[in-house]
Amino acid sequence: MTTEAVSLPTRPVARKASRLRGGNAGPVLVVVLAIVAIWYAAAILMNWRGTIDAFSRAGEQRSATEILFATMEQERPILPAPHQVLTELKKTTLDMPVTSRRSLPFHAWVTLSSTLLGFGLGTLLGSVLAVLIVHVKTLERSLMPWIISSQTIPILAIAPIIIVVLGSIGITGLFPKAIISAYLCFFPITISMVKGLTSPDPMQRDLMRTYSASLAQSFWKLRLPASMPYLFTGLKVAIAISLVGAIVGELPTGAQAGLGARLLAGSYYGQTIQIWAALFGAAILASVLVAAIGLLERLLNKTMGARSP
Amino acid sequence: MTGFHRGGILAPFVLLGWIYALILAHSPNVAGQAGPVFWAFVSALWLAAAVALNGLSNLRLKTPGARRFLGLCIPILFGAFLFFLWEVIVVGAGVPSVLMPAPSAIGSRFAASLPVLLEDFLQTFVKSVLSGYMIGCLSGFLVAIVADRIPFLRRGLLPLGNFVAALPVIGIAPIMVMWFGFDWPSKAAVVVVMTFFPMLVNTVAGLAAAGRLERDLMRSYAAGYWTTLFKLRLPVALPFIFNALKINSTLALIGAIVAEFFGTPIVGMGFRISIEVARMSLDMVWAEIALAAIAGSLFYGLVALVERGATFWHPSYRT
Amino acid sequence: MQLKAETVLERVTEGDVMGGSKAPSGLAAARPESDPATPAPVVDIKDLSLTYEAADGPVYALSNVNLQIAEGEFVSFIGPSGCGKTTLLRVIADLEQPNGGHIHVNGVSPSEARVRRDYGFIFQAPALYPWRTIQKNVELPLEIFGISKGERRERSRRQLELVNLKGFEKKFPWQLSGGMQQRASIARALSFDPRLLLMDEPFGALDEIVRDHLNEQLLKLWDKTRKTVLFVTHSIPEAVFLSSMIVVMSPRPGRIIDIIDASHLGRERKLEIRETPEFLKIAHRVREGLRAGHSYDD
Repeated sequence: MTTEAVSLPTRPVARKASRLRGGNAGPVLVVVLAIVAIWYAAAILMNWRGTIDAFSRAGEQRSATEILFATMEQERPILPAPHQVLTELKKTTLDMPVTSRRSLPFHAWVTLSSTLLGFGLGTLLGSVLAVLIVHVKTLERSLMPWIISSQTIPILAIAPIIIVVLGSIGITGLFPKAIISAYLCFFPITISMVKGLTSPDPMQRDLMRTYSASLAQSFWKLRLPASMPYLFTGLKVAIAISLVGAIVGELPTGAQAGLGARLLAGSYYGQTIQIWAALFGAAILASVLVAAIGLLERLLNKTMGARSP
Repeated sequence: MTGFHRGGILAPFVLLGWIYALILAHSPNVAGQAGPVFWAFVSALWLAAAVALNGLSNLRLKTPGARRFLGLCIPILFGAFLFFLWEVIVVGAGVPSVLMPAPSAIGSRFAASLPVLLEDFLQTFVKSVLSGYMIGCLSGFLVAIVADRIPFLRRGLLPLGNFVAALPVIGIAPIMVMWFGFDWPSKAAVVVVMTFFPMLVNTVAGLAAAGRLERDLMRSYAAGYWTTLFKLRLPVALPFIFNALKINSTLALIGAIVAEFFGTPIVGMGFRISIEVARMSLDMVWAEIALAAIAGSLFYGLVALVERGATFWHPSYRT
Repeated sequence: MQLKAETVLERVTEGDVMGGSKAPSGLAAARPESDPATPAPVVDIKDLSLTYEAADGPVYALSNVNLQIAEGEFVSFIGPSGCGKTTLLRVIADLEQPNGGHIHVNGVSPSEARVRRDYGFIFQAPALYPWRTIQKNVELPLEIFGISKGERRERSRRQLELVNLKGFEKKFPWQLSGGMQQRASIARALSFDPRLLLMDEPFGALDEIVRDHLNEQLLKLWDKTRKTVLFVTHSIPEAVFLSSMIVVMSPRPGRIIDIIDASHLGRERKLEIRETPEFLKIAHRVREGLRAGHSYDD
């Protein structure tokens, strides 16, 4: 029995807060601006010494103001200023043909393709495993504990082995990286799918029993639809982790192409601006991918008539 | 007991068969040149093991102790069976060790290089992971408390925290190596950044998790902010905080190992993995991975054990 | 001491109450015999109103509520969902802020009364903290008020005995039945000896047999401790059985439509009283009042 305390809206003060919570843009903007300000301050502080050294090597005597501005224009700063990173991003995206090896979209595409391939493979493998685990008791009792405990193992450490082993039998390029991504992202998919497929409560399952529905019928009509919200939670984790896998997978091959290669090359040659630009590229890619999954979720929710959270 | 459940009886015979197959595979006239008879025997064992496991999992035991024991036995048997297959196939078919070393080879390599492994463990786990983990989790927790006290900060930080949690944070490793040098502090810094955000997001969520009745109760006692925090909201947040601690225990190890791929002194688990991969001595790489797996599982298990003690009252643990 | 039923029924005439605009002046004034000196009422409410801004226009949770409650009364608030009975209780407890009117609890504002720890609140659910034992739960308010450990032990022991939970001190809440949990929460509210007990459908989630039992125990407790109890319920038999005064409320807008005196049923009541004509007469009047509120028509 519900009471009015539950059905009534909360206190006026709390309601005002909840309305504002819908629009977090203000606070987020302030925090972002604060971070940018701190970043500039840190850039000046961290690059100060290097700038003075550079000037004195050149035998020039500069005023403090000149040094201040120069700290934000160094070629290899310890911490590049935000505008330097943005300039580098613009230079490597807009001012360059996509086919160029110095173009960021080129490298992002390399990483993205193995991310997506790995994500597809991992999702397929993860869902199939989940369906099997839910329906075969032996697998649930023998395989599931291993899947759960494998979460505690730093799987990413295996990445170099996969690259090298597959490379030694002649498989190179996209596929080994995709394998790493797939390997990383099938765990969250399996776990969330198993949770989702077993989420219908006993009453809902008993209803299917009273209809004497077949295993396939209760799978398609009850278990699968019920698992969708859980699946999307897993997918969001999986796509992010898949990107991490692709980036790490690019490290052992020694900087050929991809965002990971850009990071590694930047760290070899001390190109800090390039590292930061690659990092931003990866961040943008990750948020676009997660947002795409979110969009897919909302579309599916709409067609299934569920309220979007 | 129906006939379907009787498969479990096969289990001891399957075990004997495994031992026999292992001896057979390692015998000089089979290793690397196993014939069809041997593979037929292994296939039969595979079938028998499947039937045995199936029988065991359908077994209904009366006492809860026996049930728990069986629940432990089945996955262990399953894992042992996978290792057995790995060993028999690699040895029997003579797979070159640059492709995939046998578990026995990895084990003997592990035992033979204990001093090196210990050194790597101290460098990567004790120095980088533990220090970074503690700093990262503690600072995430403290910032969450501050953010909880200042709603404006919380509303600004929380979406950002959720955003950062989805980013490939591991990419900051080269920058940290530049800033803090090749030795462990740079790895610890990566771990700090990686563990900070999960702790922040989870603690903020946990602090918001106290129920309305429980809050009203504290209000009816005219309890202040700190009293409510310590008596109600922190205990309610504990499961969330432990969740972050568990996530972070895995993240920290990954962060430290991958960060070592970007430059390190000549010691450390990540360093050893990258250098031994380049030298194609895969048994050493696998030994390091086994070490990482053991360290990761023990670390996670320890956190989970503390969690069980601290949140015994949570519905997921009640007996 | 007690009035005849007819006298009270006559006193609260229809014209007085039905409009809701002019509620009865309260029973403290209506029963001068109980105390010739007419002490200040424990709860004094004048023209109280509370409005929420919902998405589809304002919701009048409480409108023009007038009520006075004297010391030692057992007052039940009854009405359908949305009639504002819980809201009224929460306003008295300073858990909600009214938009208009005056309210005094023990002669001061609700927030002052809350800070003074004048009342104990008992919720729909036990709201016991699962990480504390029963004893530690009962001691929770005492800890917050800074009472010494020895005193806390002594008081929790006494209160747990009072609600028949002796021997369960070291158990955790989730190891107890729902009825026992709610009894523990009553012990918790009594532990710091507040003058006023506010109970918001405390037995709503329990089955009828347990509820009957707890109702009897609650009456004994009330008789023993002489506290003022404000009790929200949606069960007519429960309200009539427990109360010395019944406040009938109606939704849209939330208002008081009838106040019934039931003190002539006595302080010590057995469950059998529910079959007596006096009991049924009061129950009938409550039901009439609820029907008059048109609460279930829409």
